[in-house]
Amino acid sequence: MELKEHTPVETKHVCFHCGEDCPDSSIREEENYFCCEGCHLVYNLLNRNGLCTYYSLNESPGTNQRLKVRPDKFTFLDDEKVKQRLLLFTDGKQSKVSFYLPQIHCSSCIWLLEYLHKLNPGIISSRVDFPRKTIDVLYSENSMSLRKVAELLTSIGYEPHISLNDLNEKEVRKVDRKRLIRLGVAGFCFGNIMMLSLPEYFSGGAIADLTMKHLFSWLNLGLSLPVFFYSATEFYQSAWQGLKQRFLNIDAPIVLAIFITFFRSVYEITSGTGTGYLDSMAGIVFLMLTGRVFQDYTYQTLSFERDFKSYFPISVCQKQEGKEIYVPVSEIKPGDRILIRSNELIPVDGILFHGKAAIDYSFVTGESAPVDKGIGEILYAGGKQRGGEIELEVIKDVSQSYLTQLWNNSVFKDRKKEDPSFIHKLARYFTVLLLGLAIGAAIYWSIQDPHKIWPSVTAILIVACPCALLLSATFTNGHIMRMLGRNGFYLKNASAIETLAGADMVVFDKTGTISQNGSSQITYEGKELGLTEKQLIRSLARQSNHFLSRLLVSYLPDSKALKVEHYKETIGRGAEGYIRSTKIKIGSAAFLDIEKDSDANLSRVYVAIDRQIQGCFLFKNTYRPGMKKLIKDLLKTHKLALLSGDNDSEKPYLSQIFGSDSQLYFDQSPQEKLQYISDRQKEGRRVVMVGDGLNDSGALMQSNAGIALSEDTNNFSPACDCILTAGHLNKLPIFLAYAKCGKRIIIASFIISVLYNIIGLGFAIQGNLSPLIAALLMPISSVSILLFTSGFSRLCARYMGLKLG
Amino acid sequence: MSALFILLGASLSIAIGFLVAFIWSVKSGQYDDEYTPSVRMLFDDTKPIINNVQSKLTEKNTGKKSN
Repeated sequence: MELKEHTPVETKHVCFHCGEDCPDSSIREEENYFCCEGCHLVYNLLNRNGLCTYYSLNESPGTNQRLKVRPDKFTFLDDEKVKQRLLLFTDGKQSKVSFYLPQIHCSSCIWLLEYLHKLNPGIISSRVDFPRKTIDVLYSENSMSLRKVAELLTSIGYEPHISLNDLNEKEVRKVDRKRLIRLGVAGFCFGNIMMLSLPEYFSGGAIADLTMKHLFSWLNLGLSLPVFFYSATEFYQSAWQGLKQRFLNIDAPIVLAIFITFFRSVYEITSGTGTGYLDSMAGIVFLMLTGRVFQDYTYQTLSFERDFKSYFPISVCQKQEGKEIYVPVSEIKPGDRILIRSNELIPVDGILFHGKAAIDYSFVTGESAPVDKGIGEILYAGGKQRGGEIELEVIKDVSQSYLTQLWNNSVFKDRKKEDPSFIHKLARYFTVLLLGLAIGAAIYWSIQDPHKIWPSVTAILIVACPCALLLSATFTNGHIMRMLGRNGFYLKNASAIETLAGADMVVFDKTGTISQNGSSQITYEGKELGLTEKQLIRSLARQSNHFLSRLLVSYLPDSKALKVEHYKETIGRGAEGYIRSTKIKIGSAAFLDIEKDSDANLSRVYVAIDRQIQGCFLFKNTYRPGMKKLIKDLLKTHKLALLSGDNDSEKPYLSQIFGSDSQLYFDQSPQEKLQYISDRQKEGRRVVMVGDGLNDSGALMQSNAGIALSEDTNNFSPACDCILTAGHLNKLPIFLAYAKCGKRIIIASFIISVLYNIIGLGFAIQGNLSPLIAALLMPISSVSILLFTSGFSRLCARYMGLKLG
Repeated sequence: MSALFILLGASLSIAIGFLVAFIWSVKSGQYDDEYTPSVRMLFDDTKPIINNVQSKLTEKNTGKKSN
């Protein structure tokens, strides 16, 4: 790509702390080089405290420290109200707090963070939960405070992410412990019941010693009680919920089978007529619970339920009678004056009252170039201030702001009504058929031999339990979710597989989704620049933190940084300075007093050397690699559409790629996007929405399956059904096809299980199903189905070219 | 045959012992984070055991009070 061609080969140092390329070799400590003062500072701090093992565990484990955190950023943590809601526990002397640190990524991080007490004796202990990227800190209130803890973490490069959401729910997502215990209990009982049933199997159903036989049976009965009354409760609840909504789900016939097996066994044992089928019952429950645990595997680091609250700050600096105080965002009222500092998010809509605003709405719209706003203009919530400090007069409550209004839409209030899975439909036919068969058998035996009605009917219901169907579904779904996860596509739950498989339309967002954020194609127009001139421009651009300057630095050939004197940066406009008494000026057209070119598609940076306009650098958004092929592949199977919040300057190019059948809409507000999706759904389409920004949240929620695209899974993505890492977007057609494949695997394994059922039913209808046959059929059918589903889901994945390991 | 009764009792009580151990391990949160402990145990330096520090601290605090 353009950027890489210019990366020079010689004298390149990699930052010892963060591993990024150093712009030059000016910052060094012994033989270690650093890319910026921030990284150097962290290194010195760790070095002083003898914590340099941090650097020996992994190479360059740190995170970049170029963007400095404002020193008073965590002032709001001194507020008692905020503190009370954040602390997990406090007794006045010791307090415990849990912070989310998105920077955690390697074992060095764990090491350093668990040695916090060496940096500050006020920390009593700290414990990292790596999968969740959280740290629990226990500190002494005498020498530390919540604010100081946050600042200590920030000083070593782990700035805690504290959002409005943290105040509202203190509930920590934990592995479902109860389900694990249920599984453990079922496994224990199943194993022991099997063991106690073995003599019965081997003696062919006739144990000579009657006391032994009774003892075994009664022990089995005792062991089955925890399974029946505790482990299986999950199925009862689900079946009952289904029945309440007049829907016969797959758990209903399973509960029926469990009940009948249990009560027939209880009857046989108490009356001394037999040994019952308790081993089969415990086995079914155990295997089905295993399947559920396997299927409901969750990605702990990913959150699929985020709304604006996860992004918004907890408190904001309010100006009251000349004083600056921090107040919770939720208490901000229209008419209040608030201060927004550099790199802070605007939490409410307001009118710019003081200062110069350069608002980056990338978070809302995906558009990365900051928008300049003057005094008196309205600033919308969700924008990030890129310039200096500004003062706003609030015009709306947080919940009524432009952005947050989206969440008042009913889509967010009523949870998505999920279509019942085809598995449930299959199970329903199955149940009806089964009941028919049982009634048929009952009628037949009432004529032939009334004694056999009871055994044959119960045996039919026991044998034909659709547990194999449930097992095949849970295990196939589990496998598919894991395979997709290994390929950078994370699903919220198993039902997403089916919606993806059934979708017939894919809607894309433009900025950030099919075009890349940040990476721009840079070209230069104007008088040709010599090496010295490039060096001058680069030296000046290095001084600026603006993202266009940063792009410019990496675009221009590497050269020694020259000293810049009288450097002045006008935020959001440009920078100027003197190098060896040559005046250099780079920036927007307005900054250099020339006429503005109105091409919205391009960002321009003009250059003047000694007051002479040299030319300008053009930054053009680029589409993701493999974009054309992706669209071409998807067009074969799905209807496509594009919804962009941007203007239509790229329409000619895009309509060429998308073809004439696809609808392309530009200048779409978040509400319009949502509306578009819901209109298509009314036409009977099942829509997959692919988007990234908060402005797509409504559409993602409304769509049948919302896919949030994320550059890096540590980043925040809006509420959705699936998270796709941006680098794997070109595999989307394969993912969709693989989801379809899953359905076929489930149906195929279902057919196999029906074959087993027919064998079992053969015995059952005749009224001579022995516990031995039941106990043999159950594991054989289950294990063969497990092997079948796992084998086939791997085989399909390999055939489709997905990564397996 | 009566040996079987003893064996049965022994095997069941051992199995129940394991079940209790499993339930305890789940409840104490050992399955909540399956990754970090595996890294933590490889760090060289011996860290002060958290409970020790805590008890020392409470000792200190109570000591101060009594003084």
